[in-house]
Amino acid sequence: MTTLFLIQLLNGVQYGVLLFLIAAGLTLVFGVVGFINLAHGVQYMIGAYMTFVFQSITGDFFGALLLGMVAALILGLTLEVLVFRHLYERDHLDQVLATFGIILFVNEAAKVIWGPGTLTIAMPEILSGTIQLTDNLLYPVYRIALIGMGVSVALLLYVIVTKTRVGMLIRAGATNASMVSALGVNIHRLFMIVFGFGAMLAGFAGALAAPIFTIEPGMGDDLLIVTFVVIIIGGIGSIRGAFIAALLVGLIDTLGRTLATDVMRLFFDASAANQIGPSLAAMLIYIFMAAILFFRPQGLFPTQEAA
Amino acid sequence: MSGVSTSGSRETFSGKRVDRSLVVGWSIMALLMLTPFLTEFAGGNYVQNIVLKAMILAIAAVSLDLLIGHGGLVSFGHAAFLGLGSYVTGVALHEGVVGAVPIIAMVVIFCGLFAMITGAISLRTSGVYFIMITLAFGQMLFFSLSSLSSYGGDDGLTLWDTPILFGQDDLLRGTGLFYVTLILLVACWLLVWRLSLSRFGRVLRAAKENPQRVSTLGFNIFHIRLIAYVIAGTLAGVAGFLTACQTEFISPSTAAWQNSGNLIIMVVLGGLGTRNGAVLGALFVVFAEEGLSLITHDWRLIFGPVLVLFVLFAKGGIANLLPNSTAGQ
Amino acid sequence: MKKFVSALGAITLGASTLGMGSMASAEDLKIGLVVTLSGPPAVLGRQIEDAFNLAVEDMDGKVGGLDTQVIVVDSELKPDVALTRVKGLLERDEVDFVVGTVFSNVLGAIFKPITRSETFLISPNAGPSTLAGKNCNPYFFSTSYQNNQNFEVLGKYAQEQGIRSVFMMVPNYQAGRDAVEGFKKYYTGDITNEVFTPLGHKDFSAEIAQMSTSNAEALFTFMPGGMGVRFVKQFRDSGLADKMKFLSSFTVDEATLPAQKDAALGFFGATTWAPNLDLPQSKAFVASFEKKYGYIPGGFAMQAYDAALLIDSAVRAVGGDMSNKDAVRKALEAADFKSLRGKFSFNNNHFPIQDFYLLRVAQRQDGKYWTEIDTKVFEGYKDSFASECKM
Repeated sequence: MTTLFLIQLLNGVQYGVLLFLIAAGLTLVFGVVGFINLAHGVQYMIGAYMTFVFQSITGDFFGALLLGMVAALILGLTLEVLVFRHLYERDHLDQVLATFGIILFVNEAAKVIWGPGTLTIAMPEILSGTIQLTDNLLYPVYRIALIGMGVSVALLLYVIVTKTRVGMLIRAGATNASMVSALGVNIHRLFMIVFGFGAMLAGFAGALAAPIFTIEPGMGDDLLIVTFVVIIIGGIGSIRGAFIAALLVGLIDTLGRTLATDVMRLFFDASAANQIGPSLAAMLIYIFMAAILFFRPQGLFPTQEAA
Repeated sequence: MSGVSTSGSRETFSGKRVDRSLVVGWSIMALLMLTPFLTEFAGGNYVQNIVLKAMILAIAAVSLDLLIGHGGLVSFGHAAFLGLGSYVTGVALHEGVVGAVPIIAMVVIFCGLFAMITGAISLRTSGVYFIMITLAFGQMLFFSLSSLSSYGGDDGLTLWDTPILFGQDDLLRGTGLFYVTLILLVACWLLVWRLSLSRFGRVLRAAKENPQRVSTLGFNIFHIRLIAYVIAGTLAGVAGFLTACQTEFISPSTAAWQNSGNLIIMVVLGGLGTRNGAVLGALFVVFAEEGLSLITHDWRLIFGPVLVLFVLFAKGGIANLLPNSTAGQ
Repeated sequence: MKKFVSALGAITLGASTLGMGSMASAEDLKIGLVVTLSGPPAVLGRQIEDAFNLAVEDMDGKVGGLDTQVIVVDSELKPDVALTRVKGLLERDEVDFVVGTVFSNVLGAIFKPITRSETFLISPNAGPSTLAGKNCNPYFFSTSYQNNQNFEVLGKYAQEQGIRSVFMMVPNYQAGRDAVEGFKKYYTGDITNEVFTPLGHKDFSAEIAQMSTSNAEALFTFMPGGMGVRFVKQFRDSGLADKMKFLSSFTVDEATLPAQKDAALGFFGATTWAPNLDLPQSKAFVASFEKKYGYIPGGFAMQAYDAALLIDSAVRAVGGDMSNKDAVRKALEAADFKSLRGKFSFNNNHFPIQDFYLLRVAQRQDGKYWTEIDTKVFEGYKDSFASECKM
């Protein structure tokens, strides 16, 4: 039972790391630019699809991953130039409406181009093995590699945001963008950097996830909602908050799914527990978010003075 | 850059403007009233049915506009009330309660209570945090409805009875339902209009612009917002009742977050803070969905860019394209 | 005021275009096809659409000898959207038959208006227990099965094979609960776990970890569509495939195999037909379907093709006269057509009496993957809800 629990912890961390990669870009765009980008999940999907395309051409996963990231970056910047930059000064609800329109279009386009079916990518050869964790428990190497890559990106981000000049501007922008602009910084270039970076990270997450979570139209939508939950819990604009919240959400969701039914069995009979447990597990992250907001109405690590 | 602030340029409720919005409103309602006659010539019951669907959603959208347009409170869980209203109706019918009046009373009580409890918690937050906490409650309700195995779970439940209103069993189906819905839509429209003109409405709008000043003046913003939230939730619950009557079926998907998003889109497309906008937005979205799908199954390829272009080039919503706009565009 | 008037004009025009949808044509027989063509489940909808169109084409566009128009609408997997569009089929197009749906929740939403309008509804896939039992209807027929039956096949097989312990994993929705109930009908061995995952689940690592520690001999699962693709891949990657027997329904089929490929090799499924069934009409169907659409048809496609054959036989039997509903119903009940699956007749609840097989995933000589018939588990099998049907 303890080993099982440890495995679930590992799985939770892995899910959390993936969430963080998507949430990092979203929280920065939201915090620094003040832009609600619902189309962020689309970047995740495009990263996966483009990696699929490049892998079927080149046959090399890592090369395809890199190209997939570049493709996501290009799409992100294109959207920024065509649509987003015209909406920075606009009402949040206008941004929601426009980015929702983009989701509809890109999802449908993906369906038309690649078909509605689920696509798969083969794992890179060197990461396709399994590790014997206990006598009867194998764990795929790829998942461990995913955790490793995710954590390294998180560290890299942390260094960039806390140690570099761009990072300093980003932090300043998250607290008070107009002040940064008043100090003579080209705020529009900063916005573009943040956008491109966020798009690329989401594309990276999509590409990394593709070999295990597969690829289908609209794959980013449900994840987008969970990602919003993450950045709200963490506090908008806070990288540190996003990281901690992503891990918490990953763990709660994973552990909740395995434990909720067992816990319910303590209180109800088996069939009732089978009813209540899974539904409760699905609700857990929302209950968690509501509870956090009840006690801390601006998330765990608020960056702004007022929301 | 401070969370969600809805454009407050249309705060001038001069007598003249109100008159015009009333004229437009009554024109829409008159046109809706004639729909069953007009569809005799083209479209038949099918088009009437689509208009009915749009009117029911319009009630929910008008109630949401009370929150978003007037209160600056963007609820991303408003479909929960639609879902709850339809489930209270469906479950009551399934358990043998067929009187429309007791059913509506139950809908009002359940939705009012749900709004009061979730509202009291949600209104501690503001801006984007409010969006997400309302989403959280919406999701909780959605998953709860999905787990009601004895009422069909996710598959939903077919309703074999129609609620009986004033001893008639045909008032809540077909053309009867159409007019009942229209009457309720007009009532809802008038209620929100009267509210917006009242002291309550003025305080609600003022609290959106400057909460500090309003509370310094001695108003309890929390209470006023909570009242607005309960009113909006209850109205959407009534729309849920009508949904159950129209579809003769209840399904948890009514309460899904996509539906809440849809309602927001109707309100924003139509134009914030204008009840006409919410009605036009609902009509537009429902007709676009049906009409475009006749052209191609991949209709979202058209609808998506339309939304984007709309935001980029038609500021202020559909209601502002009409000549009564004083919003300065 | 000008703009306003033009806006009204646009709305009216829009309304009249909707009304005109398909008034131009005056075919003798109209069939509405309600399937899901949005999002990933569109794979299943497309199989049904393609097979039905193929059947109509094989009849030279004349179902039952009448000029036929097939009107396809997308349910979008949203009950309310499906309902609106079905009312369009009924009231605008005045169809003679509705064929649909893929999913039970959509079928539930459209069932009442169709049967009330005394239009015949034929399900090419969804078969919820209530419609087979107490809510069975004179205007409703199924060319597929009652949902629980495929699961009962697997339970029966596990019981016969003497499998001592089973790990169950299904999505947390009604069909998932039907699956558990169906499997348990004949299986009396030990059930180590009953795991319910969210619908559309992505990461099965937590569940797979539970499986490895459960020491169950076999896995019973029901993961339709994309969920099945993800799960099968993750299950194979975990190395568990060598230890547990993989018994599934709607998890490894022709809709998902193009993506699962060798990850699903040797896994078991269950239904009424496989593309390698040794019958001339079935072989001809598979060959012409593959030639036309470039992919292998699955059970969904077969059921849709049979639905077209059923309508054809009934319309012929009444000589094209659709006005006498009782006569049409009698003709449908007779099921006088050459089903692709062989023996086929209707039970009292208008669900088929037919054989069920255990299927195994195999690779064809041309490298493509499909399911093959492993063993016949039931002969002339009826569903368990027919006795509740008073018709």
